[in-house]
Amino acid sequence: MSQPEVVKSLSQVKQKEMIGRNYDLITGGTAKVSSTFVPGNLNELLMCFDIANNLPEINAIQNAMRKKSGEMIAEAERSGHSEDVCTYVKADIGMMAKGNIAPNGKPFPDPDVLLLSYTGCFTFMKWFELLREQYRCPTVMLHVPYAADGQPTKNMRDYIVKQLKEDVIPVLETVSGVKFDIDRLREYLRKSAIAENDLVWMLESSKHRPSPVDCYFGGVYYMGPIFTAFRGTDEAIEYYRLLRAEIEERIALGLCAQSPDGDMPEENYRLVVEGPPNWTSFRDFWRMFSEAGAVVVASSYTKVGGVYDYDGFRHDPDHPLETLADYCLGVYTNRNLPTRVDMLARNIVDYDADGLLINSIKSCNSFSAGQLVMMREIEKITGKPGAFIETDLVDPRYFSAANVKNRLESYFQMIDQKRRAGGSAAAAGA
Amino acid sequence: MRTFIGIDLGSTTTKSVLIDENLEVLGRGITNSRSNYDVAARVSKQEAKIAARFTLFRNALGKDAEHLLADLERNFRLEQFLSALRQLEETCIGYLDHPRFQGTKAALRGSLDAVFRKIEVEAQAIYAPGAARKSDFFRDIAGSRFMNLAQAASREAAIPFETMLNIYDKSIIDVESRVDPDETVASQMRNGLTRSLSSAEGVGVDRGEALSALGKVLAIELEETYVVGTGYGRVRLPFPKEQIRSEILCHGLGAHMMFPGTRTVLDIGGQDTKGIQIDGNGIVTSFQMNDRCAAGCGRYLGYIADEMQIGLHELGPIAMKATRVPRINSTCTVFAGAELRDRLALGEKREDILAGLHRAIMLRAISIISRSGGVTNEFTFTGGVAKNEAAVRELHKLLKENYGDMTVNISPDSIYTGALGGANFALRAVVH
Repeated sequence: MSQPEVVKSLSQVKQKEMIGRNYDLITGGTAKVSSTFVPGNLNELLMCFDIANNLPEINAIQNAMRKKSGEMIAEAERSGHSEDVCTYVKADIGMMAKGNIAPNGKPFPDPDVLLLSYTGCFTFMKWFELLREQYRCPTVMLHVPYAADGQPTKNMRDYIVKQLKEDVIPVLETVSGVKFDIDRLREYLRKSAIAENDLVWMLESSKHRPSPVDCYFGGVYYMGPIFTAFRGTDEAIEYYRLLRAEIEERIALGLCAQSPDGDMPEENYRLVVEGPPNWTSFRDFWRMFSEAGAVVVASSYTKVGGVYDYDGFRHDPDHPLETLADYCLGVYTNRNLPTRVDMLARNIVDYDADGLLINSIKSCNSFSAGQLVMMREIEKITGKPGAFIETDLVDPRYFSAANVKNRLESYFQMIDQKRRAGGSAAAAGA
Repeated sequence: MRTFIGIDLGSTTTKSVLIDENLEVLGRGITNSRSNYDVAARVSKQEAKIAARFTLFRNALGKDAEHLLADLERNFRLEQFLSALRQLEETCIGYLDHPRFQGTKAALRGSLDAVFRKIEVEAQAIYAPGAARKSDFFRDIAGSRFMNLAQAASREAAIPFETMLNIYDKSIIDVESRVDPDETVASQMRNGLTRSLSSAEGVGVDRGEALSALGKVLAIELEETYVVGTGYGRVRLPFPKEQIRSEILCHGLGAHMMFPGTRTVLDIGGQDTKGIQIDGNGIVTSFQMNDRCAAGCGRYLGYIADEMQIGLHELGPIAMKATRVPRINSTCTVFAGAELRDRLALGEKREDILAGLHRAIMLRAISIISRSGGVTNEFTFTGGVAKNEAAVRELHKLLKENYGDMTVNISPDSIYTGALGGANFALRAVVH
């Protein structure tokens, strides 16, 4: 069945161009290329060395949305990777085995450097071991201590800065042949902070009723530039300026958030969501929400590449290496369970949400652990109902549409029932 | 009169409950879901209406007429069976004109006639007072008799048994898809009552009074004021969206209506297991379901029964004879089948293995319940598996081990829990 064509906004057109250009840069053969991950990615630092930023998770997502990840995962499993391994990893390994073709149709070059910013996901380390084995290129790991007590300490920050000075920067200098210029870094960080201000404005715009944006399904698009190869660029500033103007217009017009089929006609439910979306059935998954009039007003997944709205973090050009350390320490994946509970509970209150939905990821051992406990805690704190669904990142085998829809419908009706009951007393005996 | 109906379209059976404005259950209906939910919904709804007319008739006659009513119901079912059997025969004969049967048409017709005449005679015994039936579905009763008799008939007529089967398979689908109109049902009830009044069961009841009371009951229009659909097939119902409710909410509310003290509900249906927490008003506060894998659901038991070549209803009684409960590690249905064969080969007793399998599914259920928020007294077990005594025994043990003593409610009508909740939602949609 043909789907109605949704007219792309200026910001969407711009983002598409930006992503396309970055893939052209990566595959063009002129720039040095680094592979690095989204959480704690040091884009501003890489730009100081004219190194292009290639993000394997983003490639996995791109392949999933193009319905290619299934065959890539199968390829990885054929080469010996277990069914239970993170499917981002397997999609990446499978992509390499199948010719390592970038979304622009050109082959990815072998990376010149692997920069692992380790921010809470232990799978990243294993993934990079596999990549190092494959490419045998310089590999540098920035070890970011887990913020187990909730608050990063000065020691942690100093430890990261020391690694940046002694390990990361020297390797990047060697690989690129470019001398590190801290003023150049300051300039990028200044630009980062500007874009980050508009990003936070966007995130908080969903406090409006109706929310002009969906901060999960829409949010993953809006986070694109800041989480990937564009933080610190003029393009990112421009993108968020355009996005802000578009959202301001939507607020003025009283429009509901967008869905895969255009603007939602009404907003019936406001949710906070924990966990990544399913990428292989992204639009179908989204429709299960939008067709019910459910909008996601806040989500933790839009914080995995950096938390800006919780404790006011912005990149600080006056303390360039320290701010990179703070950024890495503060990404969502590096936060402990009580902090995640606090963030989500605050979101529910601040964004006047109806409750918390957790999309637990089958192949993500790092972040699925503890989610049920989190849900119970958040229910207790907010008094709002929670619900739990299970899908996967990029493995199409683990998206059971009927099952997910059943749970979502039940959850929406549960919210209705609670609303009607007004604490349930009114329904007594009816 | 205004009535409110809940229909629960499960993967195995479709259930309907019809209530009045005072939340009184007037009738329940059940049928196999086939692969056609629309038909299943219509059949189960008609069955609930039939049951409602029985209830109204019972109310009209008073308690003294219980014997007559039981006999009437039996005779009505016989009438219903014979009517469906006639339809089945006509449909089978209709298929004989197919070019494929050209050469064997006369022989087939003779064989079919022989088979159907015999089933007609057997029907009296099948529906005799006190006769036990393994199933009340026409497909099951007629099907098993047809299979038995057709084998001999085809041998005698020197025609392939498969041909007879083929005609039956085609025809039963057509017959199952028909729903008798109200007039036919009324006539079946009248005929049934006439039979009952002529028998000893009718003694002591005024014939004229009974016939007049039935006439009045049949004249009552059972207005479908509002219908709510739930269950896996709910989206297939020709209802607007507002008339469809999640089965989790329906089961929660239905369990509350049956046992108002319920706080935790376990529902094990054909393809899913639900752990539901409800508040004092039957409102769902939390739930968990099995995900991606249906291990431990009703179908698991169906698979095991097939593997052992026994009937589903025989599993529980056999498992109850176990002297020890071995640990079955796999909750995967297919692996459990493998484990079953392996253990049988090692000489383990069938009843013991079955007890182990029942424990395995209840362990999985307990895990789902614990993820939904644990168990709070009172506990209500619903769904088709609640009829399995071995499953219930293992549940009791596990609840005691994990949560201590508590009230465990199991209604004989537990299979209707979702439909009951649906009927209440139907009433609320109109009344509130």
